[in-house]
Amino acid sequence: MIQVDHLTKSYGPVTAVSDVSFTVEKGQIVGFLGPNGAGKSTTMKILACFMPASGGTARVAGFDVFSQSMEVRRRIGYLPENAPLYGDLGVGSYLEFVAEIKGVPRGERKGRVADVMVRCFITDMQRRLISKLSKGYRQRVGLAQALLGDPEVLILDEPTIGLDPQQIAEIRALIRSLAGQHTVILSTHILPEVSMVCDGVVIINRGRVVAQGTQAQLVQQVFPTARIEIEIGGPRETVVAALRGIAGVLRVDDLTGADGSGRFLVESPRDRDVRGEVVQLVAARGWKLLELHQVGMSLEEVFIRVVAGEEHGDVAPALAAAEGAV
Amino acid sequence: MRWLPIFKKEMRLYFGSPVAYAFLALFLLITGWMFAQIFLIYSELSMRAFMQPMAAQNLNPTENVMRPLFSNMSVVLLFFMPMLTMRLFAEEKKSGTIELLLTYPVRDGEVLAGKFLAAGAVYGLLLLLTLTYPGLMAAFGRIEWGAILTGYLGLLLLGSAFLAVGVFISSLTENQIVAGSATFGALLGFWLIGWGADAAGGWVRTVLQYLSIIEHMDSFGKGVIDTKDVVYYVTVTAFALFLTLRALDAKRWKG
Repeated sequence: MIQVDHLTKSYGPVTAVSDVSFTVEKGQIVGFLGPNGAGKSTTMKILACFMPASGGTARVAGFDVFSQSMEVRRRIGYLPENAPLYGDLGVGSYLEFVAEIKGVPRGERKGRVADVMVRCFITDMQRRLISKLSKGYRQRVGLAQALLGDPEVLILDEPTIGLDPQQIAEIRALIRSLAGQHTVILSTHILPEVSMVCDGVVIINRGRVVAQGTQAQLVQQVFPTARIEIEIGGPRETVVAALRGIAGVLRVDDLTGADGSGRFLVESPRDRDVRGEVVQLVAARGWKLLELHQVGMSLEEVFIRVVAGEEHGDVAPALAAAEGAV
Repeated sequence: MRWLPIFKKEMRLYFGSPVAYAFLALFLLITGWMFAQIFLIYSELSMRAFMQPMAAQNLNPTENVMRPLFSNMSVVLLFFMPMLTMRLFAEEKKSGTIELLLTYPVRDGEVLAGKFLAAGAVYGLLLLLTLTYPGLMAAFGRIEWGAILTGYLGLLLLGSAFLAVGVFISSLTENQIVAGSATFGALLGFWLIGWGADAAGGWVRTVLQYLSIIEHMDSFGKGVIDTKDVVYYVTVTAFALFLTLRALDAKRWKG
């Protein structure tokens, strides 16, 4: 549904997006992740036909965003960063303007506008001037205008920014409910949001795609082994040797810091859970088990590893594997 | 026909804010005062004409009241028209709404048409309201409606040129104050250029006179439709609108 091929965009001497490629399948929700200034908004502006790319191509719903821009624009709903709206219009009359400009037939306009207002929880605000709305309501009006005209593809630049936790939950549920009939690409830097809402993830840093795939794929590629971190009160060398003795353990690292707290990192194959054996071992030896938890399983850790790692230039192998994923 | 929703939106913004009301009220106040003064002088002259029947031959309400009023209105418009156009694109660029507007399924030309026609509609309403002046005169005497309508045609053409220049300048900046004052400066420049004609001679004089934006209003005020004046205003309007489209396009490329 969305195909981005070697997309490049420079503003004069500054390259904002460089050789970005990814695809989004029909009905999928894909999260576009990246630190501030990574090129998320620029990519979305190009997809929404606001500006042309300097190089490469992008197709939305089968149409080229540059040469068939009108066809693309008929099929997308776009929410730009910070939801720019006309402050001097009322919510209702603004949405009617959007319905009209998107070509919703006259007879259906009122019904469609009422429908999106219900879905975005802004029906109470329809008579209010947009300039009098709080940030959260403005954001929801922005989302409502994107949904008008029932577009196949939704391009949402930070849809939940400025909302309170309750509103965030509502908007996430709304976006989630779009999956299947609509294809959605949304940018965010809230990682749990991606876990909750998205089917796939594209991580972008400094204008380049650094990883993409489903969440499970990314976690597996960046962290090929299962890891647990444990804190044990006991003689360090003996503990390390005993841990290494457990069947399936691939590697044990002594993370003990200057405070001598006795922390260890244990790696095992993903299909082999060694936590039970570790607990039994500690109990059998009469040591004290102070802490035990799994690490490297969340998207957050993937993100930090991929983005921070890129800055140090040491994640090349993990990334090469991840690139071909989607 | 996608210009229509944009036209309607702009009209809502004009009349949902004080812009249109301030524009209409202040213009009518100023030109109303001018009309009253010209009219008073004219009635003074008419009184004197009772004593000197010879002087009465030159008295004509259309020529002596409406023609000077048209030329005064042209100059006042120079100050007022930037008020209508300065926000058209500058505000959209400043607030970022242009990003949504230009990603809806409408052509740049339709966006421009909607905005230009909305400003034109407010101006048209203004002209309708100023019909009060010839209306009042008609109540006291006979006037030549043909000449007056020609004068209004001239004002319409002059106004569309002013608006087109204003829209173009508004598309160049995201600062409304800059858009407004630059438009005023440009229009004033186009007027003042004609002043140079008096001192110059030969072909320079002809060229300067032709360029002067208000100079072309003069024959309309006399009730004469001269093709070269119509061509001038239509050309200025079309060229400024063409440049606006180019500016919108360039904006896309520069981001």
